[in-house]
Amino acid sequence: MKSVIRGAIGAAALAVAVTGGTAAQAADDVIKVGVLHSLSGTMAISETTLKDTVLMMVDELNKNGGLLGKRVEAVVVDPASDWPLFAEKARELLEGEEVAAVFGCWTSVSRKSVLPVFEELNGLLFYPVQYEGEESSRNVFYTGAAPNQQAIPAVEYLMSEDGGGAERFVLLGTDYVYPRTTNKILRAFLNDKGISDDDIMENYTPFGHSDWQTIVSDVKGFASQGKKTAVVSTINGDANVPFYKELGNQGIKAEEIPVVAFSVGEEELAGLDTGPLVGHLAAWNYFMSVESDVNDGFIEQWHAFIGNEDRVTNDPMEATYIGFKMWAQAVKQAGSTDVDAVRQAMYGQTVPNLTGGTAVMNANHHLSKPVLIGEIQDDGMIETVWSTDKEVVGDAWSDFIPESAKLTADWTYPWVCGNCEAPKYVTAN
Amino acid sequence: MPALFKVFRLRLLAALIVLLLPSVALAGLAEDLQALTDKSNAIKAAAVESLAADGHERAVPILQAFLAGRLFEVKEDDRIVIAEDRAAGYRIFDAMTGEALGEVGKRALRKVRINNRLRQAVKAGLGALTLASADPAARRHAADAVFRSAQADMIAPLEAALVRESDPKVAARLGRALAATELATADDKVTRITALKALEAFADPDVRALVSGLLVTDGEGQPAERDADVRAAAAETLKAIEATLAFNGVIASIFQGISLGSVLLLAAIGLAITFGVMGVINMAHGEMVMIGAYTTFAVQEVFRASFPGAFDYSLLVAIPAAFLVTGLVGIGIERGIIRFLYGRPLETLLATWGLSLILQQMVRSIFGPTNREVGNPAWMSGAWEVAGGLTLTYNRLWIILFALMVFALLMALIRFSGYGLQMRAVTQNRPMASSMGIRTGWVDAMTFGLGSGIAGMAGVALSQIDNVSPNLGQGYIIDSFMVVVFGGVGNLWGTLVGALSLGLVNKFLEPYAGAVLGKIIVLVVIILFIQKRPRGLFALRGRAVES
Repeated sequence: MKSVIRGAIGAAALAVAVTGGTAAQAADDVIKVGVLHSLSGTMAISETTLKDTVLMMVDELNKNGGLLGKRVEAVVVDPASDWPLFAEKARELLEGEEVAAVFGCWTSVSRKSVLPVFEELNGLLFYPVQYEGEESSRNVFYTGAAPNQQAIPAVEYLMSEDGGGAERFVLLGTDYVYPRTTNKILRAFLNDKGISDDDIMENYTPFGHSDWQTIVSDVKGFASQGKKTAVVSTINGDANVPFYKELGNQGIKAEEIPVVAFSVGEEELAGLDTGPLVGHLAAWNYFMSVESDVNDGFIEQWHAFIGNEDRVTNDPMEATYIGFKMWAQAVKQAGSTDVDAVRQAMYGQTVPNLTGGTAVMNANHHLSKPVLIGEIQDDGMIETVWSTDKEVVGDAWSDFIPESAKLTADWTYPWVCGNCEAPKYVTAN
Repeated sequence: MPALFKVFRLRLLAALIVLLLPSVALAGLAEDLQALTDKSNAIKAAAVESLAADGHERAVPILQAFLAGRLFEVKEDDRIVIAEDRAAGYRIFDAMTGEALGEVGKRALRKVRINNRLRQAVKAGLGALTLASADPAARRHAADAVFRSAQADMIAPLEAALVRESDPKVAARLGRALAATELATADDKVTRITALKALEAFADPDVRALVSGLLVTDGEGQPAERDADVRAAAAETLKAIEATLAFNGVIASIFQGISLGSVLLLAAIGLAITFGVMGVINMAHGEMVMIGAYTTFAVQEVFRASFPGAFDYSLLVAIPAAFLVTGLVGIGIERGIIRFLYGRPLETLLATWGLSLILQQMVRSIFGPTNREVGNPAWMSGAWEVAGGLTLTYNRLWIILFALMVFALLMALIRFSGYGLQMRAVTQNRPMASSMGIRTGWVDAMTFGLGSGIAGMAGVALSQIDNVSPNLGQGYIIDSFMVVVFGGVGNLWGTLVGALSLGLVNKFLEPYAGAVLGKIIVLVVIILFIQKRPRGLFALRGRAVES
């Protein structure tokens, strides 16, 4: 035992020496990018994949000659699903490592935790996950979906004839900022569409909740009141697996009570037998099953990089891909990695989506992206059943919350503001 | 209602065509099949209706393939085929004739897309076509599908099916479908009120949905049902159904409480030995559960690779395997770390907590950070429908049984075996036991191994209802300590009663307080309880405790 411990300590010391070594090497011929994703703790299940995606993109960039004639180097840190630790690690990346940009965060709590650090040190964060909106920071580019690019279209689909014409909604979520804000927007939207509060049931559960018996029976009861009912799930992370297992076992069929999820992608379904779940829905901007040449190439590249043909791709990976490509293009255009110059170059930057069409970065730091709604298949894939004809512009401030509807996010002149009712600078005339 | 009319008209049209022009039936089949590949879901749904109404012998296999996502279009010539999975690609059959067309690669085919709306139409159509099936289960499904679609032209076939039905269970489902169809489509209110009365016998959520649908009011305050007498009868039926459902709901809550309790019991019972009997604060207990779950995964992988036919029995192998693996890890931990720390609870706590982090990261490095899929064997999937609104899921039922069995075995081991006697002797009076020739060190190691092994078996059970991820154990460690402390340290019966009562309290609180607040309330109640009775529910008495 003793020798094992000694061995472990030795290995740890070696690891420190190696990372220390690369840090010391940082010279003028290297551009550093930070990777701020949890590699341990509850969110590791989702975030580790994104770390690998960034590494793959860096690898590809270097193979094609790097950036501005320099080699790009990824600095990976592990904030361990610990929200305050995210802020510490962000400071370490920006101050200690002096990275040009950071790709990271998954949960909104972690993003809120690092936000003050990025604003104080004028860093650049690329946030690749769908989120609740109601935010536009000068230092963050949001490459995931805003509510109007995911939640609202999904609910509209459920209310349409093709979606089953739902008139009653159950809003299930994990108890933190993203589900609560999204559900607030959804409730306002549903009220707007003439659905009364009696026909809306809201329920929150803790992170990692595993006993769904009561809630699933409650949903069944709520659905048997004579109106077509649908479930909108903002359940995040691990808790989804026992939730879907319970749905399957209690025999809730998608034709009777469809469940649409905003945080369940191919990766989360990987640990599940999806046979009983066929027909339940997911709303994203990307599905692995979409047939296109770019997507085929991306999947091939991913499999080659990770060395496993069984690994799936998902929406936040596409968002990371788009964010990274845009950043690299912006750096090339600006001819420098200076944050202010890159930010200016980011506006209007375009990258082809993996699913077809083009993603555009708007002045409110959100992307224009297509919206896809898909049904879960028995092989764990999600197949598109509905999609928007054109890209939808991401809306930072929801039109359905009265106090947000007034706000505008626009970081170009004359607005230069993330949450203003009037432009900051008035053109003199 | 207008949608229903449209459907009705379509069916009538289709029926007419079949009657007048029998030779056109095949052409109709080809046309409907082509329409299934249309972009518009409305056209696809109409094609499904017409396929079902034609009753062509190919309609059933086509609709079944469509439902299962096995209907494809060959990209080259747009021929519609039914495909079977093959290792390299698909083996395809012509949808019109059933003729085998050889094997093709996956890329050569384009799937005929289906969504929930179409699935519902297909199920209704298949229901109408399979009411006369030889298989009672298929007839039952057919009856339920017809119940959902409730179309007027199904009344005659339902009545005919009811007359020839020999299986009483299927007959009941047919009666339910008939009553629902009459309620939805009959013109005179006497028939409808009679149908409502008949539906009272079927108190389940679907019937409640149907009946309360009559009482729903639209935007202008107009009720969906215009006839006041029918409304009154519906209200009465609804009241009767709701009374039954409420009663079933209480039974369901009790079941759910016992089920949660049995999960807590499984997780805590190993701890009741290491913490309760030995007095070791083992923060790595949750990780033993996690290792047990990963052992299940490993065993299943072996089964998948070597004996795919016997997959349903993989859990029976996983239980002893998990017990052995985690038991050995436990013995290793006791010999390697804990035995140097007896009598120093704070250091034990820190050391085992550190150990738990090491174990988690180790599993993460070996198996990867993502969840691992542990399959449910067929006998643990699905649910047992006891009565309307009362479904007991098989996996929970088995876990309750398993927890009680583990508990009984453990009690028997401690009570009746020689090792159990030694263990009790060592925990009650170590120096005395030692001087009687008992190898106390060996007993300590075995006891810790036993506690860990039981945690591993709990992991097998938890792998069926929870995520198999490196964090699995963390979710249970706090609850386990809570159960042991609440039940009374050192008393296994206390653990049993503690686990079950916590489970029940949790489940009865949850509908009112919500999952988050419910947990907080339980925690506060336990804290208050411990203030009053520091030794828990079943306190041990005697000198051993005082010391």
